[in-house]
Amino acid sequence: MSQIKVQIPTPLRQYSDKKDSVEVEATTVGEAMKAITTAHPDLRRHLYTDEGKLRAFVNLYLNEEDIRYMQKEATEVKDGDTLYIVPSIAGGRG
Amino acid sequence: MTTATSASGSAATATLNNEEVLRYSRHLIMPEVGMEGQLKLKAAKVLCIGAGGLGSPLALYLAAAGVGTLGMVDFDVVDYSNLQRQILHHTPDVGRKKLDSAGDKLLAMNPFLHLKKYDTMLTSANALDLFKEYDIVADGTDNFATRYLVNDACVLSGKPNVYASIFRFEGQASVFGTKDGPCYRCLYPEPPPPGLVPSCAEGGVLGILPGLLGVIQATEVIKLILNGETKDSLIGRLLLVDAFAMKFRELKLRKNSECPVCGTHPTVTGLIDYNEFCGIRGEEKPMSALVGGMPEMEVTELKRRVDAKEDLFVLDVREPHEYQICNLHGHLIPLGEIEKRAGELDPAREMVVHCKAGVRSAKAIAALQQLGFTGKLHNLKGGIMAWADQVDPTMPKY
Ligand SMILES: [Zn+2]
Repeated sequence: MSQIKVQIPTPLRQYSDKKDSVEVEATTVGEAMKAITTAHPDLRRHLYTDEGKLRAFVNLYLNEEDIRYMQKEATEVKDGDTLYIVPSIAGGRG
Repeated sequence: MTTATSASGSAATATLNNEEVLRYSRHLIMPEVGMEGQLKLKAAKVLCIGAGGLGSPLALYLAAAGVGTLGMVDFDVVDYSNLQRQILHHTPDVGRKKLDSAGDKLLAMNPFLHLKKYDTMLTSANALDLFKEYDIVADGTDNFATRYLVNDACVLSGKPNVYASIFRFEGQASVFGTKDGPCYRCLYPEPPPPGLVPSCAEGGVLGILPGLLGVIQATEVIKLILNGETKDSLIGRLLLVDAFAMKFRELKLRKNSECPVCGTHPTVTGLIDYNEFCGIRGEEKPMSALVGGMPEMEVTELKRRVDAKEDLFVLDVREPHEYQICNLHGHLIPLGEIEKRAGELDPAREMVVHCKAGVRSAKAIAALQQLGFTGKLHNLKGGIMAWADQVDPTMPKY
């Protein structure tokens, strides 16, 4: 098990008890996501579809790499890594 | 007349007169710009989508820097609540077309600017024709449908898309749609379903944030004009800005070979219906499908029933900081906590649920119905803003 930090983006902090990051223990990205959505069940609904698929407007980055180009949720994590949850945002004109 | 021309002749059609030489002298004496760069700026044509939060600093800096031709697309009117961040617009401009207000400021700042105003909504019908006239497009819009439209139109017409978007105190910036770089769809293949991600109007935005991000956009536009698509550009990088932590993080972006618009076998080869793509039917507001069929109460009816001291529970599902601005003395449970705190409510009691304008309250009613609430649940039509308009004009609006 490795100790990693999961960074929660502003629009989703209302579902993580207003926390901007959470420390979790995990060996893979998938386990880290499981740990955080178990601790904060409201996050699950916003991050995953009913079929358990990560939503298409949310990307996960391990440090600075997109996990879609690594081993996806099976990507291994190591101590001190940061997992970024990066949803699309659209604001700007208004 | 004395004119200065580019030594290399790469932008040989443009020249600077003496006034321009003086105006741009701090550029001309730095080797990274110089006469050659300044003439490139003068010859450049940049299209700015939106004259609001991002568009303000973006257009101001591009105009000041000497970008020769600036197109601006916007159909909006200046609202009092824009002034906290949209620095192109001043208090006397409230009620004016944003384009007229922007035009006055930009031309006063730089009369050499060739400004083209497009008083229209960017659509699938006009985007490609519009983009054809420009070298670079800067996206300062505020909704997903237009974001995807700008992306696809940029990829299809081969124009770089200098991108930024903001939420509360966080921003994202990148350069999409260059020849070898990724596009917005490579990053996010699909938009979120309507209502899942709050807009600035719902979520708020720190006034300086569009300033920070708009200036980053202007910087990237100017670098593209001066240096082209080099590795120093934000191409292939997503810059994340957190203004409160004052942290700038950078993520790697890759061009997705399976991208439907810029991949090796594109399936999107023309512009599509972006409202449909984003789950918005026709001209409907995203939440109207949800509000449809839900009992609504007019604010005047609520006033009558409150005055008659009828038994009616008022539930406010806004955030505590909104409650501080104005309230109807309702019981406050923010929408995000409604399921967790439903135990505070009597499921059999008749209730009127309200938020600012009626969207969040509709979601709250749907959630309460899901939890098996049996009492009649009314959605206050137009929310507390309708109350301020129709019942209590002394109530502040926000
Ligand atoms: Zn793409």
